[in-house]
Formats: sequence, C-alpha cells, structure tokens
Amino acid sequence: MTVADDPVDVLIIGAGASGAALAWSLAETRMRIVCLEQGDWLNPAEYPSASKDWESRQYSDFSISPNRRKRVTDYPVNDQDSPIAVANFNGVGGSTILYAGHYPRFHPSDFRVKSLDGVADDWPLDYTDLEPYYAENDKMMGVSGLAGDPAYPPKPAVMPPLPLGKSGQVLGKGFNAMGWHWWPSDSAIASTAYDGRDKCANLGACTIGCAQGAKASSDITYWPHAIRAGVEVWTRCRVREITVNENNMASGVTYYDADGNERFLAAEVVVLACNGVGTPRILLNSVSNQFPDGLANRNGLVGKNLMFHPYASIQGLFDQPLDGYMGPGNCIWSQQFYETDRSRDFVRGFTYEITRGRGPVATALTGMFSGRIPWGEDHHQRYRELFNRITGMVAICEDLPEPHNTVTLDPELKDNDGIPAPKITYTLSDNSRRMLDYAIDRGTEILEAAGAIDVMTEAPIAVGGWHLMGTTRMGVDPETSVVNEWGRSHDVRNLFIVDGSIFVTSAGVNPTRTIQALSLYIGDSIKKRLTTLFD
Amino acid sequence: MSNRETLLASDLPFSEPQREILWGLVGSIIPASKDYDTPGADDPLIFKDILVTARPYTDMFASGLEDIDQQAIRNHDGVGFAALSANNRHAMAQQLSRSLNAFLRTLVSITVQCYYRDDRVMQALGMEPRPPFPEGFTVEEGDWTLLDPVRRRGKLYREVDV
Repeated sequence: MTVADDPVDVLIIGAGASGAALAWSLAETRMRIVCLEQGDWLNPAEYPSASKDWESRQYSDFSISPNRRKRVTDYPVNDQDSPIAVANFNGVGGSTILYAGHYPRFHPSDFRVKSLDGVADDWPLDYTDLEPYYAENDKMMGVSGLAGDPAYPPKPAVMPPLPLGKSGQVLGKGFNAMGWHWWPSDSAIASTAYDGRDKCANLGACTIGCAQGAKASSDITYWPHAIRAGVEVWTRCRVREITVNENNMASGVTYYDADGNERFLAAEVVVLACNGVGTPRILLNSVSNQFPDGLANRNGLVGKNLMFHPYASIQGLFDQPLDGYMGPGNCIWSQQFYETDRSRDFVRGFTYEITRGRGPVATALTGMFSGRIPWGEDHHQRYRELFNRITGMVAICEDLPEPHNTVTLDPELKDNDGIPAPKITYTLSDNSRRMLDYAIDRGTEILEAAGAIDVMTEAPIAVGGWHLMGTTRMGVDPETSVVNEWGRSHDVRNLFIVDGSIFVTSAGVNPTRTIQALSLYIGDSIKKRLTTLFD
Repeated sequence: MSNRETLLASDLPFSEPQREILWGLVGSIIPASKDYDTPGADDPLIFKDILVTARPYTDMFASGLEDIDQQAIRNHDGVGFAALSANNRHAMAQQLSRSLNAFLRTLVSITVQCYYRDDRVMQALGMEPRPPFPEGFTVEEGDWTLLDPVRRRGKLYREVDV
C-alpha cells in the first residue's frame, strides 16, 4: 500500500452537500483540509439539458438510481428488500447535482417530536440553535422564496420567489377553494443573478443537472469558496475503511485511487459526509480489533433507524394549457397537514410540494403506462389531451425511526474496487401508510377543487429514496446515539459525521437545508473547541 | 434500396429478422398520423435512433422479439410477426399492450424517448426543435394576490418551548 501524502489535519470523506459546507466552514482555521471524493467534477456544459435527448438521459447516465446509472464512480446498492429504492449521485456536489432544489427548513416542532407527540426522540439541539446556521447557509447556497410564510417562524428570503406560472396559479386557486395553506416554495435556485451564478432560465430539467448553473449544487456554491481558501478536493478516491490506532483514535483512511491502487492517507481528524447509506457502509466496513462490529459501533446502532421520506404522487389532468416542460419543477408548497392532529389516524405530518409539469417523454410514459394513452391510431389524440396539461404534487411524509430499518453490508454484492455494497432492509410503517393514504385523499380534493378532470396517484413512489437519514443518529447518551450533540463520535474522539445519518428524526420536508445548517453548526463547534477537541 | 431497407440491412444493433419485427412493433405502438402531420416511430430516422438507443438491451430485446415472433407463428398458421398483414400486426400489438412485461416496458420507454425528441414531432407539438439550454423558456410570473387569503388566516406552525 502506498502512503498518499503527508498527514493532513482534517480529512473529509465525500464532497456533497454536507462535506462542502464543513470544508468551507473549517477553511478559515488554515488547517490542511483534504476532501476525498469517489466521483468526478461535473461539467455543466455536458448536462443533459444541453442536448435534445435530455429527457432520455434521466434513464441512463443521469438516472437517480446508482443501479441504473452504473457509472464507474458509483457503487451498487442492494435495495431488493425495500419498497423504496435508494436515489443518489456520486461526484463533487453529491446528490445536489440531481436534487430538485426544494429547500425547506425544519420547523421548531421537528426537534421536539418526543415531547410534543410522544414518538421517536427529541433532538439534542433545537431550531434556535440552528437558526443562525440556516441563515448563513441560505446566503452561501442562495435561496429564493417569499418572506412571511405562516407555516414558519419569520425567516428572510435571499432572492425573490420563482414564478407561479400557470400551474402554480391553478393549484393556488385549488388550495384557496379548500381554505388550506400554500406558499411559494423556498428553492435553492437563483431567481436573480447570485454569487457568480446566472438566474434560472426555466429549463425544466433541474433534476438532471442545471446547465444554467442557477440551481445551488454544492460544486458551484461552497466548493469554489472553500478551494480558494485552500481546501483540496481529490476526486476518484474511494474510501474503503477508516483505520484506528492503539488509542482508539482514527488514524486515517485506506482508499482506492482512479487506477484502483490502494493508498493510505493519515489524518488528525476524519469526517464522514457520505449520506445515510454511504456513511454506515464505511463505518461497518472499518473493522478492527478494537471495533469488531464496525467503527463507532459499540452500541450496535450504526446502520439502524434508516429513514426515507415515503412519497405520494398526486397528479391532475386539466383541460387547459399549463407550464408543462417549462420552468423549474419547484413552484409552491403546502404545510396544511404538517403538524400532528390527533383527529387523524397517524402522528406527525407531511408537506405537499407542487411539481409544476412534465416534459414530452415523461408525459407519454405517464399516459402509456397508466393506460391513458393507447398504442395505435389513437395515440396522437390522447397524447395531446395530456401534453402540457398535467400538474400536481408530491406529499413528502415524515418517516419515524425504527431500528429494524437498516443499512448493512451485502455479503456478496461489491463495487468495482471490491468494497462490499450496502444492503437496505426497510419496511413501510403503518403510520406512514396511513399518512400516504390521507395525503392522496386530500391531494385529490385539492386537484378536483382546482378543476382537474382526472387524477393519477402513486404511493409510495418506488424510486423515491432521495433522502437517506438516521443511521448514525446524534444524541447526548452514548448508549442510544452514535455521535454527540455536535457531531463527534462517542467512541472515537477524532471522528465526526456531518451528513443526514445523524438526523434523529426526518421531519416532513427535504433534508438538505438542515443537513448543511447542521454541518456549519458542527464546523463552528469544532472551531470553538480546537484546543480541547479530543477531550 | 429504400431508407427502411437500408436500415434493416445495416450494421446497426440486432439481426435483420429482429429489426423487421421491431420495425413492425414500433410502427404499431406509434403509427404515423395524417391528422397531426407526424411520422410514425417506424420512420427511418426515428427507427435508427431506437436501434441505437436499444443497444444496451440487446439480449433482452432478442429474447422478447423471439417470444413475439413465436406467438405470431402459433396464432397465424406459421406466419411470423414481420410477415403479418398490417391489420393482424396491429391487432396483435393491441393484445401485447394490455400486459406489459419488462421487455415491452423497456421497448415502450425507448420508443417514446426517441419519438418525442424528433424535430418533426416536437414542431408538430408546438415546441421549438432544440434542447432547453441555453435559450430556456419563459414562465409567467402569475398573480401573487392569490396569496391574500393565506396571509389573512395567519400563523400555522406550532410554538415550542425551548
């Protein structure tokens, strides 16, 4: 094995949403910080929306599924034992390359689930602890929105909201007819020129990489600032395991370079930022005499309590032209059913996120696979009845932590460097099932109130495992958590985790804004304790 | 030699008999339309795109096409799918469309992907035949007074004692 370089001060594994935020936060310390990323830098000029086969490529090299994408930089995931398949992307920017940029904050109540609703656990911090980091992160990423959302405590908007468009107006009227909440979505999409990025050009292709650079993927937000401040990003470096010394401290990592050569890089501090599947995978694969069941896993919690967000899709067909293939997918949201209501048959709640429209290929596939567009002569007429006339919503449901939902190492499946692949074992809870059913019923009412002539539903969305959380949860008690209240492993005092793995609960919103705020919070916690960091 | 015959005899993926079956099948899925002035999925340009796009699925397609051909031979006195009359081909395609196996779902997906990126088809739908970037599109701002009722209803979130 080759020693790659001199020991570094901070070694971050993963260049996605959280790794980028932490690297930028720590850069001011002037420590030597190296980030190892298994993927590549992406070239926005090569994103699908710059070519006419843009929609097709979401089924191949820009698929959200690593098992379908099969880039050399991907690792396979065995998700056969789960009704929801893992979605991710590996590269500088991580899954922010393909995310929609829906960018809600958690609510104050999300940090007090046990106290308020008697389920799961409270977080070891609260909304006010994170509030300044949300604000800092909002400026770094650039958030479009409208101040005054009654579903949130006051929060500033960095940029004006994205346009309502035809779809937003139709659905806004539907929500108004029901007397229910809606508001322009907070979006990590620039509605004006911002920090060297151009404003949204309404490409309609946010989830296959934004060629315009308007969507705030971390490769074009945090990373340029962090690199200018001296942080190094090493791509095509796939970490196999974190090594430990005789003092139970992390000593560095063993990884494979682009040519498959095994290398070692020593570090004073190791940080995992690999998401709720990638992080437990590395920990469980880091077996030693001191940690025979995996690193930082003395209480057996690494990989347990996996949370997705079960999604329901509720789409309406209208008899008027809507935005269709034009505009960002993000538009408006509703949190009418966000907080627990004891009159319902489930606890906690969900957010409706309006999905503005769909492209010509997606329209055809939706129609043909649901039997609404036939094969043969009638194809063309029926297609035109759907084209640019579909809009609707997804319901993103809070998933509660359950220890039997797990990430483990697959005994057979391996990536192309021979590292065991993660295996997902996940069951949809009764609470989630009831919440999904409720969301479909209320969503159907909204669409019908808005004038929909047909409604199409799916729940859970089988390919919708976008959010990977809970598998190395944070807490003050070493018996019931993997990292402490500022992200440091209870077992290994120079090992930190900053990604969605450390979530205690999932809330009913997209996690990226909270992941990044938490990462900044942990970065500040490290900076405040530099002289006593390992005590 | 016509465009179609050139395609069938080319070095594109799949054997010539497989391409004959595939050509008949995609033309039954999306036929040409005089009413909308659009080609069918069996148009030479679109069909070539389908052949190239299906290349990663060669094994799946070979097996699926063989099954369909055998089905045609069983039901039509030994006549394979490609040799069926247009009416019989379309009738059989209708039957196939009622129960999509993995091959047929993949075939539909690829057919649709290639069809709805053809310049003539995009123009017939009122779209400009171009990728979204760099020109982008215009989306109307909308009427923000629609939010007035939401503002009037007031705070929705739960206060939490810290």
